[in-house]
Amino acid sequence: MSLVLKLDHIYKDYITPKLIVPVLHDVCLHVEEGEYVAIMGPSGSGKSTLMNIIGCLDRPTKGTYELNGVNVLNKDDKTMASIRLNNLGFVFQNFELLSRQTALANVELPLVYAGVRKRERIQRAKQALTRVGLADRMNFTPAQLSGGQKQRVAIARAMVNHPRLLLADEPTGALDSRSSTALMELFEELNNEGVTILMITHSPEIASYAKRVCNIFDGILTERTDSDRTRIEAAGGGR
Amino acid sequence: MFENIRLAFQGILAHKMRSLLTMLGIIIGIGSIIAIVSTIQGTNDQLREQLIGSGNNTVKVTLGSGGESYDMEMSSSLAGIYPVSDATVERILALDTVDRVTCYTNRVLWETAVYYKDRSLTTSNISGVDDQYFDTLGYRVRTGREFLQSDYDHFAKVVVLDQTASDSLFKGEDPLGKTIEIYKNPFTVVGVVYEPSTFESNIEDIEDYQLMNDEEATGMIFIPKASWPILFKYDEPENVIVKASDTDAMTKAGQRTAKILNSTITVENPTVTYEAEDLLGDLKNKQKMQNATNIQLMWIAGISLLVGGIGVMNIMLVSVTERTSEIGLKKAIGARKSSILWQFLTEASVLTSLGGLLGVAAGVVMARIINIATGIPVGINWLAAIIAVFFSMGIGIIFGLIPSIQASNLDPIDALRRE
Repeated sequence: MSLVLKLDHIYKDYITPKLIVPVLHDVCLHVEEGEYVAIMGPSGSGKSTLMNIIGCLDRPTKGTYELNGVNVLNKDDKTMASIRLNNLGFVFQNFELLSRQTALANVELPLVYAGVRKRERIQRAKQALTRVGLADRMNFTPAQLSGGQKQRVAIARAMVNHPRLLLADEPTGALDSRSSTALMELFEELNNEGVTILMITHSPEIASYAKRVCNIFDGILTERTDSDRTRIEAAGGGR
Repeated sequence: MFENIRLAFQGILAHKMRSLLTMLGIIIGIGSIIAIVSTIQGTNDQLREQLIGSGNNTVKVTLGSGGESYDMEMSSSLAGIYPVSDATVERILALDTVDRVTCYTNRVLWETAVYYKDRSLTTSNISGVDDQYFDTLGYRVRTGREFLQSDYDHFAKVVVLDQTASDSLFKGEDPLGKTIEIYKNPFTVVGVVYEPSTFESNIEDIEDYQLMNDEEATGMIFIPKASWPILFKYDEPENVIVKASDTDAMTKAGQRTAKILNSTITVENPTVTYEAEDLLGDLKNKQKMQNATNIQLMWIAGISLLVGGIGVMNIMLVSVTERTSEIGLKKAIGARKSSILWQFLTEASVLTSLGGLLGVAAGVVMARIINIATGIPVGINWLAAIIAVFFSMGIGIIFGLIPSIQASNLDPIDALRRE
């Protein structure tokens, strides 16, 4: 199995004129192809910052980061954009769909930036939407879709470019529990098909769907052992 | 690119009212410019038609002294100036700007010299013409005929009248074959001619104007130039009319002809020379004067375009702020800076191009209203209209640049965080 993600000794400080705020402290994270990892932590723990660094939207103060064996730090904006385009799929808490565009057009968007021709674009977007179970909602606008459906559109959009890594930032944050469960089932299916997933959440319940869980607290990332898992499940946090 | 244009139209349609108000500055600016340009065009066309006539392209080359035309009637004969020789005509015809040449002698008779029965012409304009004259000036025969070679050969006492002279003398009577009296010499009327298209509007100088509008009986009288000495005792210096190959060549044709003619004269009074009238030059001067005021109006319209451009910039800045999260998302999923830049630039220029199109429509309507309300002639200049649309597209690009750069420089993290 090859390493998709290799983060070593990542530090991130937010520097303001008055003080330096350390956010991440010596974070190491290796994710292999086909893994399903959840990073769990309360707000302010630094998990969003970590997500931004992994998503190539932000740069660490110190440390090394390889995506698919390629060092992605010290690259210019243009290269970073193309790394995001070709290697990463994003799913956000509040879906971030273009409200005036149809589901199909939303899913097409990354392919537009990748310069895919219109006919192939539509075909691939339709496939992706069918995959997430929205074959009959392709021409609906976000306003005509439920929260769960919107998040499925977002997942289809993230998957349409066949990224190496699916990044999900609180994917169930805006969903009710039934939609959340359905979404987690979709993630599980995708993972079973070989999609590598990295999910960030504050909810132990959601995190428990992942095959591997890391905790982040005050900028320090720790791998959770099986004994932790048992303890949480015993406390009723799990499934 | 097409995707961007599609998105731009979608955005404009989603905010119809806002887009319309944003475009209003451009619409008013372009509209006024089109209206002004149309008025300029119309006035210029009208001036051109009045001064030059439509499609005649003839230039008079006449004897003059110090800018004043030389009047045979008032002055004695000019020593050293002879009728134009055939060789000189050949030289003039050899000019590539000249299609036809006619030579003629001419006098304006400010006294009553022409009679038919009890009627007379109080003033008249008499010309001794060659066989090229009527064709060159575009006269058509209304009734009868032009001069024949035999008229020239036999110094025939025949006369052709123009419509005005015929009307004044004959008052509806058939003039053909009638004899009129010119300076007590009997001449037989063989034809009546008229200038078809340019007759009404071809006001070339104040004399023509007076001749045309005088309530008194007037008119143009033509006799074969061979017969001129019957009336005026000797061959007089001739004037020349050349027909230029096209309207733009008129000035050149006139000047060259004058040069050739001046090289043939050995005049004792060096102030008398052949001078070509420069209708085209006069026209340009008049047009310039008219246009000067209009150009000032254009500047004012230009300011309204500037204001319109600033309005576009303002609304684009608002649009960028409004769509911060959209921009953030697009960047997160892999849009380059340049993609975002182009998206907003396209939106701005589609907006202003649309404004430009509506402005052209408004301008055409305004021009029509001006035409109907004031009677000022208008001519729509479609080239100007096309330039106007491209110009407004340019305004969109210029004033859309700052908002677009702002959008493309947004940090995706901040952009996504701000909800």
